[in-house]
Amino acid sequence: MTRVVVALARRALVNAFRRPQFLAPLLIFPTLFLAVNTGGLNRTTDLPGFPEVDGFLDFQLAAAMTQSLLLGGVTAGIALALEIEGGFFDRLVASPIPRVAIVLGRLVAAGVLAAVQIVYFTVLGLAFGASIHGGVPGFLAILAIGMLAGMGFGAIGTTLALRARSASTVQGIFPLVFVILFVSSAFSPRDLLSSPADTIAKYNPLSYIADGMRDPVISSVSAAPLLEGLAAAGLVAAGGLAMSVAALRGRLRDA
Amino acid sequence: MNADLLVVRALVLRALNEITRVPGAAIPGVLAPTIFMVGLASVFGKAADLPGFTSDDFLTFIVPVGLLQGAGFTGAATGVNLARDIEQGWFDRLLLCPAPRAALLTGIIASAGLRAMLPATFLFAVAMALGVDFPGLIGLLVAVPLVMGFACLMACWGVILALRFRSQQAAPLMQMGNFVAVLFSTSYAPKELLAGWLEVFATLNPVTLVLEGIRQGFVGDVTWGDTWPAFLALALLLAAFGGLAVRGLRRYGV
Repeated sequence: MTRVVVALARRALVNAFRRPQFLAPLLIFPTLFLAVNTGGLNRTTDLPGFPEVDGFLDFQLAAAMTQSLLLGGVTAGIALALEIEGGFFDRLVASPIPRVAIVLGRLVAAGVLAAVQIVYFTVLGLAFGASIHGGVPGFLAILAIGMLAGMGFGAIGTTLALRARSASTVQGIFPLVFVILFVSSAFSPRDLLSSPADTIAKYNPLSYIADGMRDPVISSVSAAPLLEGLAAAGLVAAGGLAMSVAALRGRLRDA
Repeated sequence: MNADLLVVRALVLRALNEITRVPGAAIPGVLAPTIFMVGLASVFGKAADLPGFTSDDFLTFIVPVGLLQGAGFTGAATGVNLARDIEQGWFDRLLLCPAPRAALLTGIIASAGLRAMLPATFLFAVAMALGVDFPGLIGLLVAVPLVMGFACLMACWGVILALRFRSQQAAPLMQMGNFVAVLFSTSYAPKELLAGWLEVFATLNPVTLVLEGIRQGFVGDVTWGDTWPAFLALALLLAAFGGLAVRGLRRYGV
Protein backbone atom coordinates (compact mmCIF):
# COMPACT_ATOMS: atom_id res chain seq x y z
CA MET A 1 0.00 0.00 0.00
CA THR A 2 2.72 2.50 1.03
CA ARG A 3 4.71 1.76 -2.13
CA VAL A 4 1.64 2.39 -4.29
CA VAL A 5 0.83 5.64 -2.46
CA VAL A 6 4.41 6.86 -2.86
CA ALA A 7 4.49 5.89 -6.54
CA LEU A 8 1.19 7.65 -7.27
CA ALA A 9 2.28 10.72 -5.27
CA ARG A 10 5.53 10.85 -7.21
CA ARG A 11 3.68 10.54 -10.49
CA ALA A 12 1.31 13.36 -9.52
CA LEU A 13 4.25 15.59 -8.56
CA VAL A 14 6.22 14.84 -11.73
CA ASN A 15 3.12 15.64 -13.79
CA ALA A 16 2.59 18.88 -11.87
CA PHE A 17 6.18 20.03 -12.39
CA ARG A 18 6.05 19.05 -16.07
CA ARG A 19 3.07 21.34 -16.61
CA PRO A 20 4.14 24.82 -15.56
CA GLN A 21 0.77 26.17 -16.70
CA PHE A 22 -0.76 24.37 -13.70
CA LEU A 23 1.93 25.32 -11.23
CA ALA A 24 2.32 28.96 -12.28
CA PRO A 25 -1.07 30.13 -10.95
CA LEU A 26 -0.26 28.66 -7.53
CA LEU A 27 2.79 30.84 -7.14
CA ILE A 28 2.48 33.74 -9.56
CA PHE A 29 -1.07 34.90 -8.79
CA PRO A 30 -0.61 34.94 -4.99
CA THR A 31 2.78 36.64 -5.49
CA LEU A 32 1.20 39.37 -7.61
CA PHE A 33 -1.58 39.73 -5.06
CA LEU A 34 0.97 39.95 -2.28
CA ALA A 35 2.82 42.69 -4.15
CA VAL A 36 -0.33 44.69 -4.90
CA ASN A 37 -1.74 44.32 -1.39
CA THR A 38 1.47 45.35 0.33
CA GLY A 39 2.20 48.15 -2.13
CA GLY A 40 -1.34 49.49 -2.32
CA LEU A 41 -2.52 49.15 1.24
CA ASN A 42 0.66 49.37 3.29
CA ARG A 43 -0.77 52.31 5.24
CA THR A 44 -3.58 50.19 6.68
CA THR A 45 -1.18 49.21 9.48
CA ASP A 46 -1.83 52.76 10.80
CA LEU A 47 -5.52 51.97 11.31
CA PRO A 48 -6.70 51.63 14.92
CA GLY A 49 -7.10 47.95 15.80
CA PHE A 50 -4.34 46.73 13.50
CA PRO A 51 -1.94 44.41 15.36
CA GLU A 52 1.64 45.48 16.02
CA VAL A 53 3.68 44.43 12.94
CA ASP A 54 7.02 45.41 11.43
CA GLY A 55 5.36 45.94 8.06
CA PHE A 56 2.29 45.05 6.03
CA LEU A 57 4.32 42.41 4.15
CA ASP A 58 4.78 40.48 7.41
CA PHE A 59 1.02 40.49 7.87
CA GLN A 60 0.18 39.59 4.26
CA LEU A 61 2.64 36.72 3.95
CA ALA A 62 0.24 34.23 5.57
CA ALA A 63 -2.55 35.49 3.28
CA ALA A 64 -0.44 34.71 0.21
CA MET A 65 0.39 31.25 1.60
CA THR A 66 -3.27 30.51 2.33
CA GLN A 67 -4.36 31.69 -1.10
CA SER A 68 -1.67 29.60 -2.76
CA LEU A 69 -2.65 26.50 -0.78
CA LEU A 70 -6.30 26.93 -1.76
CA LEU A 71 -5.36 27.28 -5.42
CA GLY A 72 -3.26 24.14 -4.96
CA GLY A 73 -6.46 22.30 -4.04
CA VAL A 74 -8.14 23.50 -7.23
CA THR A 75 -5.11 22.43 -9.27
CA ALA A 76 -5.10 18.97 -7.67
CA GLY A 77 -8.77 18.64 -8.60
CA ILE A 78 -8.16 19.74 -12.20
CA ALA A 79 -5.27 17.27 -12.55
CA LEU A 80 -7.44 14.37 -11.37
CA ALA A 81 -10.37 15.48 -13.52
CA LEU A 82 -8.08 15.48 -16.56
CA GLU A 83 -7.03 11.92 -15.70
CA ILE A 84 -10.69 10.91 -15.45
CA GLU A 85 -11.45 12.58 -18.79
CA GLY A 86 -8.40 10.97 -20.40
CA GLY A 87 -9.25 7.46 -19.16
CA PHE A 88 -6.13 7.01 -16.99
CA PHE A 89 -8.22 6.94 -13.82
CA ASP A 90 -10.26 3.98 -15.13
CA ARG A 91 -7.07 2.07 -15.95
CA LEU A 92 -5.85 2.81 -12.42
CA VAL A 93 -9.09 1.48 -10.93
CA ALA A 94 -8.78 -1.70 -13.01
CA SER A 95 -5.23 -2.33 -11.76
CA PRO A 96 -4.60 -4.56 -8.71
CA ILE A 97 -3.93 -1.81 -6.16
CA PRO A 98 -5.85 -0.70 -3.05
CA ARG A 99 -8.28 1.87 -4.40
CA VAL A 100 -7.92 4.21 -1.45
CA ALA A 101 -4.27 4.56 -2.51
CA ILE A 102 -5.49 6.53 -5.55
CA VAL A 103 -6.81 9.25 -3.21
CA LEU A 104 -3.98 8.99 -0.69
CA GLY A 105 -1.32 9.31 -3.38
CA ARG A 106 -2.85 12.56 -4.53
CA LEU A 107 -3.05 13.87 -0.95
CA VAL A 108 0.59 13.07 -0.24
CA ALA A 109 1.50 14.93 -3.44
CA ALA A 110 -0.64 17.88 -2.29
CA GLY A 111 1.21 17.89 1.04
CA VAL A 112 4.63 17.92 -0.64
CA LEU A 113 3.51 20.66 -3.03
CA ALA A 114 2.23 22.64 -0.04
CA ALA A 115 5.70 22.42 1.53
CA VAL A 116 7.19 23.83 -1.69
CA GLN A 117 4.64 26.66 -1.62
CA ILE A 118 5.39 27.50 2.02
CA VAL A 119 9.14 27.52 1.42
CA TYR A 120 8.71 29.69 -1.68
CA PHE A 121 6.67 32.35 0.12
CA THR A 122 8.94 32.30 3.16
CA VAL A 123 12.01 32.88 1.00
CA LEU A 124 10.16 35.54 -0.99
CA GLY A 125 9.09 37.31 2.19
CA LEU A 126 12.58 37.21 3.68
CA ALA A 127 14.05 38.51 0.42
CA PHE A 128 11.74 41.53 0.50
CA GLY A 129 12.32 42.44 4.13
CA ALA A 130 9.89 40.34 6.15
CA SER A 131 11.17 38.55 9.20
CA ILE A 132 9.99 35.34 10.87
CA HIS A 133 9.91 36.41 14.52
CA GLY A 134 9.34 32.83 15.66
CA GLY A 135 12.64 31.74 14.07
CA VAL A 136 13.16 28.13 12.97
CA PRO A 137 10.48 26.73 15.33
CA GLY A 138 8.12 29.34 13.91
CA PHE A 139 8.92 28.28 10.34
CA LEU A 140 8.35 24.62 11.27
CA ALA A 141 4.97 25.56 12.76
CA ILE A 142 4.03 27.36 9.51
CA LEU A 143 5.18 24.34 7.51
CA ALA A 144 3.13 21.91 9.62
CA ILE A 145 -0.07 23.94 9.36
CA GLY A 146 0.54 24.61 5.66
CA MET A 147 1.16 20.99 4.73
CA LEU A 148 -1.87 19.78 6.66
CA ALA A 149 -4.06 22.48 5.11
CA GLY A 150 -2.60 21.79 1.65
CA MET A 151 -3.55 18.12 1.98
CA GLY A 152 -7.02 19.13 3.11
CA PHE A 153 -7.57 21.49 0.17
CA GLY A 154 -6.14 18.81 -2.15
CA ALA A 155 -8.67 16.35 -0.75
CA ILE A 156 -11.53 18.80 -1.38
CA GLY A 157 -10.28 19.33 -4.95
CA THR A 158 -10.09 15.56 -5.40
CA THR A 159 -13.66 15.20 -4.13
CA LEU A 160 -14.89 17.78 -6.61
CA ALA A 161 -13.06 16.07 -9.46
CA LEU A 162 -14.52 12.66 -8.55
CA ARG A 163 -18.02 14.10 -8.37
CA ALA A 164 -17.86 16.43 -11.38
CA ARG A 165 -15.55 14.33 -13.60
CA SER A 166 -14.86 17.44 -15.68
CA ALA A 167 -11.81 19.70 -15.51
CA SER A 168 -13.76 22.75 -16.63
CA THR A 169 -16.31 22.26 -13.84
CA VAL A 170 -13.54 22.03 -11.25
CA GLN A 171 -11.93 25.12 -12.78
CA GLY A 172 -15.28 26.89 -12.40
CA ILE A 173 -14.90 26.92 -8.61
CA PHE A 174 -11.96 29.32 -8.96
CA PRO A 175 -14.07 32.38 -7.97
CA LEU A 176 -15.28 30.44 -4.93
CA VAL A 177 -11.71 30.36 -3.65
CA PHE A 178 -11.82 34.12 -3.37
CA VAL A 179 -15.21 34.09 -1.67
CA ILE A 180 -13.88 31.75 1.03
CA LEU A 181 -10.74 33.88 1.39
CA PHE A 182 -12.61 37.17 1.63
CA VAL A 183 -14.80 35.91 4.46
CA SER A 184 -11.80 34.97 6.57
CA SER A 185 -9.15 36.92 8.43
CA ALA A 186 -6.51 35.93 5.86
CA PHE A 187 -6.11 39.43 4.41
CA SER A 188 -7.12 41.65 7.29
CA PRO A 189 -7.53 41.39 11.09
CA ARG A 190 -11.00 40.17 12.03
CA ASP A 191 -11.76 43.41 13.92
CA LEU A 192 -11.25 45.44 10.75
CA LEU A 193 -13.49 43.32 8.50
CA SER A 194 -16.86 44.71 7.49
CA SER A 195 -20.06 42.98 8.48
CA PRO A 196 -21.08 40.20 7.74
CA ALA A 197 -17.54 39.06 6.76
CA ASP A 198 -16.35 39.55 10.34
CA THR A 199 -19.03 37.20 11.70
CA ILE A 200 -18.48 34.55 9.03
CA ALA A 201 -14.71 34.80 9.55
CA LYS A 202 -15.20 33.73 13.15
CA TYR A 203 -16.53 30.34 11.98
CA ASN A 204 -14.34 29.99 8.89
CA PRO A 205 -11.50 27.47 9.47
CA LEU A 206 -9.44 29.41 6.95
CA SER A 207 -9.20 32.27 9.48
CA TYR A 208 -7.53 29.97 12.00
CA ILE A 209 -5.25 28.43 9.38
CA ALA A 210 -4.12 31.90 8.22
CA ASP A 211 -3.80 33.25 11.77
CA GLY A 212 -1.88 30.12 12.82
CA MET A 213 0.63 30.66 10.00
CA ARG A 214 0.76 34.42 10.60
CA ASP A 215 1.47 34.33 14.33
CA PRO A 216 5.05 32.94 14.04
CA VAL A 217 5.79 35.64 11.42
CA ILE A 218 4.63 38.67 13.39
CA SER A 219 5.41 37.44 16.92
CA SER A 220 6.99 34.51 18.67
CA VAL A 221 5.34 31.07 18.51
CA SER A 222 2.36 31.05 20.88
CA ALA A 223 0.38 27.99 21.84
CA ALA A 224 -3.16 29.21 21.17
CA PRO A 225 -2.89 30.32 17.49
CA LEU A 226 -0.62 27.37 16.71
CA LEU A 227 -3.01 24.81 18.17
CA GLU A 228 -6.03 26.52 16.61
CA GLY A 229 -4.26 26.56 13.25
CA LEU A 230 -3.30 22.90 13.49
CA ALA A 231 -6.81 21.95 14.62
CA ALA A 232 -8.47 23.88 11.76
CA ALA A 233 -6.05 22.44 9.19
CA GLY A 234 -6.53 18.97 10.66
CA LEU A 235 -10.30 19.40 10.50
CA VAL A 236 -10.13 20.41 6.83
CA ALA A 237 -7.77 17.50 6.09
CA ALA A 238 -9.90 14.92 7.92
CA GLY A 239 -13.14 16.23 6.42
CA GLY A 240 -11.59 16.42 2.96
CA LEU A 241 -10.22 12.88 3.22
CA ALA A 242 -13.58 11.49 4.35
CA MET A 243 -15.37 13.30 1.51
CA SER A 244 -12.86 12.18 -1.12
CA VAL A 245 -13.01 8.53 -0.02
CA ALA A 246 -16.83 8.71 -0.09
CA ALA A 247 -16.68 10.30 -3.56
CA LEU A 248 -14.30 7.56 -4.73
CA ARG A 249 -16.68 4.87 -3.48
CA GLY A 250 -19.56 6.60 -5.23
CA ARG A 251 -17.58 6.79 -8.45
CA LEU A 252 -16.66 3.09 -8.23
CA ARG A 253 -20.29 2.19 -7.59
CA ASP A 254 -21.36 4.10 -10.70
CA ALA A 255 -18.62 2.56 -12.86
CA MET B 1 -23.48 46.44 -46.31
CA ASN B 2 -19.77 46.38 -47.05
CA ALA B 3 -18.48 42.77 -47.32
CA ASP B 4 -15.81 43.34 -44.66
CA LEU B 5 -18.40 44.69 -42.25
CA LEU B 6 -20.51 41.59 -42.84
CA VAL B 7 -17.53 39.43 -41.80
CA VAL B 8 -17.01 41.53 -38.67
CA ARG B 9 -20.71 41.30 -37.85
CA ALA B 10 -20.77 37.53 -38.35
CA LEU B 11 -17.80 37.01 -36.05
CA VAL B 12 -19.25 39.30 -33.38
CA LEU B 13 -22.56 37.43 -33.54
CA ARG B 14 -20.72 34.10 -33.28
CA ALA B 15 -18.97 35.29 -30.12
CA LEU B 16 -22.23 36.58 -28.65
CA ASN B 17 -23.90 33.26 -29.51
CA GLU B 18 -21.53 31.52 -27.13
CA ILE B 19 -23.07 33.39 -24.21
CA THR B 20 -26.54 32.05 -24.95
CA ARG B 21 -25.42 28.58 -26.04
CA VAL B 22 -22.94 27.93 -23.21
CA PRO B 23 -24.10 30.28 -20.43
CA GLY B 24 -22.20 28.24 -17.83
CA ALA B 25 -18.89 29.22 -19.42
CA ALA B 26 -19.70 32.92 -19.02
CA ILE B 27 -20.71 32.72 -15.36
CA PRO B 28 -17.21 32.69 -13.77
CA GLY B 29 -16.19 35.71 -15.88
CA VAL B 30 -19.30 37.59 -14.78
CA LEU B 31 -19.17 36.60 -11.12
CA ALA B 32 -15.42 36.83 -10.47
CA PRO B 33 -14.99 40.63 -10.79
CA THR B 34 -18.06 41.25 -8.64
CA ILE B 35 -16.90 38.80 -5.98
CA PHE B 36 -13.49 40.42 -6.08
CA MET B 37 -14.97 43.91 -5.70
CA VAL B 38 -17.35 43.07 -2.86
CA GLY B 39 -14.74 40.90 -1.15
CA LEU B 40 -12.05 43.55 -1.29
CA ALA B 41 -14.46 46.13 0.07
CA SER B 42 -15.36 43.92 3.00
CA VAL B 43 -11.72 43.10 3.75
CA PHE B 44 -10.06 46.46 3.16
CA GLY B 45 -13.08 48.75 3.58
CA LYS B 46 -11.55 50.55 6.56
CA ALA B 47 -8.73 51.80 4.32
CA ALA B 48 -11.09 54.62 3.30
CA ASP B 49 -10.64 56.02 6.84
CA LEU B 50 -6.97 56.71 6.12
CA PRO B 51 -6.06 60.40 5.83
CA GLY B 52 -5.62 61.31 2.16
CA PHE B 53 -8.06 58.75 0.79
CA THR B 54 -10.08 60.43 -1.98
CA SER B 55 -13.37 58.67 -1.25
CA ASP B 56 -15.14 58.03 2.02
CA ASP B 57 -16.34 54.66 0.75
CA PHE B 58 -13.85 51.99 -0.36
CA LEU B 59 -16.48 50.12 -2.39
CA THR B 60 -17.18 53.24 -4.46
CA PHE B 61 -13.44 53.71 -4.95
CA ILE B 62 -12.92 50.20 -6.36
CA VAL B 63 -16.00 49.90 -8.59
CA PRO B 64 -13.88 51.02 -11.59
CA VAL B 65 -11.34 48.31 -10.72
CA GLY B 66 -14.10 45.70 -10.93
CA LEU B 67 -15.33 47.15 -14.22
CA LEU B 68 -11.86 46.97 -15.75
CA GLN B 69 -11.25 43.48 -14.36
CA GLY B 70 -14.50 42.25 -15.87
CA ALA B 71 -13.48 43.77 -19.19
CA GLY B 72 -10.04 42.20 -18.85
CA PHE B 73 -11.48 38.75 -18.12
CA THR B 74 -13.66 39.09 -21.21
CA GLY B 75 -10.69 40.11 -23.32
CA ALA B 76 -8.63 37.19 -22.02
CA ALA B 77 -11.55 34.83 -22.69
CA THR B 78 -11.53 36.05 -26.31
CA GLY B 79 -7.89 35.00 -26.54
CA VAL B 80 -8.65 31.61 -24.98
CA ASN B 81 -11.54 31.08 -27.42
CA LEU B 82 -9.26 31.91 -30.36
CA ALA B 83 -6.67 29.44 -29.03
CA ARG B 84 -9.42 26.81 -28.86
CA ASP B 85 -10.45 27.59 -32.45
CA ILE B 86 -6.80 27.23 -33.52
CA GLU B 87 -6.44 23.91 -31.67
CA GLN B 88 -9.61 22.56 -33.26
CA GLY B 89 -8.67 23.72 -36.76
CA TRP B 90 -11.65 26.07 -37.09
CA PHE B 91 -9.45 29.15 -37.35
CA ASP B 92 -7.46 27.63 -40.24
CA ARG B 93 -10.73 27.11 -42.10
CA LEU B 94 -11.67 30.72 -41.33
CA LEU B 95 -8.40 31.92 -42.83
CA LEU B 96 -9.23 30.11 -46.07
CA CYS B 97 -12.34 32.22 -46.60
CA PRO B 98 -11.96 35.20 -48.95
CA ALA B 99 -11.99 37.85 -46.22
CA PRO B 100 -9.19 40.23 -45.29
CA ARG B 101 -7.35 39.16 -42.16
CA ALA B 102 -7.88 42.63 -40.69
CA ALA B 103 -11.65 42.07 -40.87
CA LEU B 104 -11.31 38.72 -39.10
CA LEU B 105 -9.23 40.33 -36.38
CA THR B 106 -11.63 43.25 -36.02
CA GLY B 107 -14.57 40.87 -35.61
CA ILE B 108 -12.83 38.84 -32.91
CA ILE B 109 -11.68 41.90 -30.97
CA ALA B 110 -14.90 43.90 -31.35
CA SER B 111 -16.84 40.99 -29.88
CA ALA B 112 -14.88 41.41 -26.65
CA GLY B 113 -16.01 45.04 -26.37
CA LEU B 114 -19.65 44.01 -26.57
CA ARG B 115 -19.32 40.97 -24.32
CA ALA B 116 -17.64 43.11 -21.67
CA MET B 117 -20.98 44.80 -21.09
CA LEU B 118 -22.30 41.63 -19.46
CA PRO B 119 -19.97 41.57 -16.40
CA ALA B 120 -19.98 45.37 -16.32
CA THR B 121 -23.77 45.57 -16.12
CA PHE B 122 -23.97 42.89 -13.44
CA LEU B 123 -21.21 44.47 -11.37
CA PHE B 124 -22.72 47.95 -11.74
CA ALA B 125 -26.14 46.67 -10.62
CA VAL B 126 -24.61 44.97 -7.56
CA ALA B 127 -22.64 48.12 -6.72
CA MET B 128 -25.79 50.27 -6.96
CA ALA B 129 -27.66 47.76 -4.79
CA LEU B 130 -24.91 48.02 -2.19
CA GLY B 131 -25.24 51.79 -2.00
CA VAL B 132 -22.66 53.13 -4.43
CA ASP B 133 -23.76 56.54 -5.75
CA PHE B 134 -24.87 56.77 -9.39
CA PRO B 135 -21.96 58.29 -11.32
CA GLY B 136 -24.29 60.44 -13.42
CA LEU B 137 -25.11 60.15 -17.10
CA ILE B 138 -21.88 61.84 -18.14
CA GLY B 139 -19.90 59.60 -15.83
CA LEU B 140 -21.49 56.56 -17.47
CA LEU B 141 -20.98 57.95 -20.97
CA VAL B 142 -17.28 58.23 -20.19
CA ALA B 143 -17.02 54.88 -18.38
CA VAL B 144 -18.80 52.66 -20.91
CA PRO B 145 -16.53 53.29 -23.93
CA LEU B 146 -13.47 53.08 -21.70
CA VAL B 147 -14.57 49.70 -20.34
CA MET B 148 -15.40 48.42 -23.84
CA GLY B 149 -12.12 49.76 -25.19
CA PHE B 150 -10.18 48.10 -22.39
CA ALA B 151 -11.86 44.77 -23.20
CA CYS B 152 -10.72 45.22 -26.82
CA LEU B 153 -7.22 46.01 -25.59
CA MET B 154 -7.05 42.85 -23.48
CA ALA B 155 -8.55 40.89 -26.39
CA CYS B 156 -5.63 42.14 -28.54
CA TRP B 157 -3.26 40.87 -25.84
CA GLY B 158 -5.09 37.52 -25.77
CA VAL B 159 -5.04 37.27 -29.57
CA ILE B 160 -1.29 38.01 -29.69
CA LEU B 161 -0.64 35.18 -27.21
CA ALA B 162 -3.13 32.80 -28.86
CA LEU B 163 -1.47 33.30 -32.26
CA ARG B 164 1.97 32.89 -30.71
CA PHE B 165 1.34 29.79 -28.55
CA ARG B 166 -1.64 28.32 -30.47
CA SER B 167 -2.79 26.59 -27.28
CA GLN B 168 -5.32 27.21 -24.53
CA GLN B 169 -2.49 26.53 -22.11
CA ALA B 170 -1.49 30.16 -22.60
CA ALA B 171 -4.65 31.19 -20.70
CA PRO B 172 -2.85 32.03 -17.41
CA LEU B 173 -0.54 34.39 -19.32
CA MET B 174 -3.56 36.13 -20.85
CA GLN B 175 -5.11 36.56 -17.38
CA MET B 176 -1.85 37.72 -15.91
CA GLY B 177 -1.61 40.60 -18.37
CA ASN B 178 -5.01 41.80 -17.22
CA PHE B 179 -4.09 41.36 -13.57
CA VAL B 180 -0.85 43.33 -13.82
CA ALA B 181 -2.31 46.09 -16.00
CA VAL B 182 -5.28 46.77 -13.72
CA LEU B 183 -3.92 46.15 -10.24
CA PHE B 184 -0.46 47.70 -10.56
CA SER B 185 -2.06 51.10 -10.78
CA THR B 186 -4.04 53.28 -8.38
CA SER B 187 -6.50 50.41 -8.05
CA TYR B 188 -6.45 50.12 -4.24
CA ALA B 189 -5.54 53.62 -3.11
CA PRO B 190 -4.74 57.11 -4.39
CA LYS B 191 -1.19 57.50 -5.66
CA GLU B 192 -0.08 59.42 -2.57
CA LEU B 193 -0.90 56.46 -0.33
CA LEU B 194 0.87 53.81 -2.39
CA ALA B 195 4.25 52.38 -1.44
CA GLY B 196 7.09 54.12 -3.29
CA TRP B 197 7.75 51.36 -5.83
CA LEU B 198 4.06 50.97 -6.67
CA GLU B 199 3.64 54.74 -6.98
CA VAL B 200 6.36 54.74 -9.65
CA PHE B 201 4.80 51.73 -11.38
CA ALA B 202 1.32 53.31 -11.27
CA THR B 203 2.68 56.56 -12.72
CA LEU B 204 4.31 54.72 -15.63
CA ASN B 205 1.32 52.41 -16.19
CA PRO B 206 -0.99 54.01 -18.80
CA VAL B 207 -3.92 51.93 -17.51
CA THR B 208 -3.85 54.18 -14.40
CA LEU B 209 -5.15 56.99 -16.64
CA VAL B 210 -7.94 54.75 -17.96
CA LEU B 211 -8.85 53.70 -14.43
CA GLU B 212 -8.93 57.30 -13.18
CA GLY B 213 -11.03 58.27 -16.21
CA ILE B 214 -13.68 55.73 -15.18
CA ARG B 215 -13.34 56.49 -11.49
CA GLN B 216 -13.88 60.26 -11.72
CA GLY B 217 -17.66 59.98 -12.09
CA PHE B 218 -17.91 57.68 -9.07
CA VAL B 219 -15.82 59.72 -6.63
CA GLY B 220 -16.53 63.26 -7.86
CA ASP B 221 -17.21 65.34 -10.92
CA VAL B 222 -16.30 64.40 -14.48
CA THR B 223 -13.67 66.78 -15.80
CA TRP B 224 -12.11 67.19 -19.22
CA GLY B 225 -8.70 67.04 -17.54
CA ASP B 226 -9.31 63.47 -16.34
CA THR B 227 -11.19 62.40 -19.46
CA TRP B 228 -8.91 63.12 -22.41
CA PRO B 229 -5.81 61.43 -20.94
CA ALA B 230 -7.89 58.27 -20.37
CA PHE B 231 -9.09 58.13 -23.97
CA LEU B 232 -5.68 59.08 -25.37
CA ALA B 233 -3.90 56.41 -23.29
CA LEU B 234 -6.44 53.79 -24.36
CA ALA B 235 -6.22 54.81 -28.03
CA LEU B 236 -2.41 54.58 -28.00
CA LEU B 237 -2.49 51.22 -26.23
CA LEU B 238 -5.05 49.90 -28.71
CA ALA B 239 -2.95 51.13 -31.63
CA ALA B 240 0.17 49.46 -30.23
CA PHE B 241 -1.39 46.13 -29.24
CA GLY B 242 -3.71 46.10 -32.27
CA GLY B 243 -0.64 46.56 -34.47
CA LEU B 244 1.10 43.63 -32.76
CA ALA B 245 -2.03 41.49 -33.18
CA VAL B 246 -2.16 42.33 -36.92
CA ARG B 247 1.52 41.43 -37.24
CA GLY B 248 0.89 38.14 -35.42
CA LEU B 249 -1.98 37.31 -37.75
CA ARG B 250 0.09 38.15 -40.85
CA ARG B 251 2.82 35.83 -39.66
CA TYR B 252 0.36 33.07 -38.74
CA GLY B 253 0.60 30.12 -41.07
CA VAL B 254 3.34 31.70 -43.20
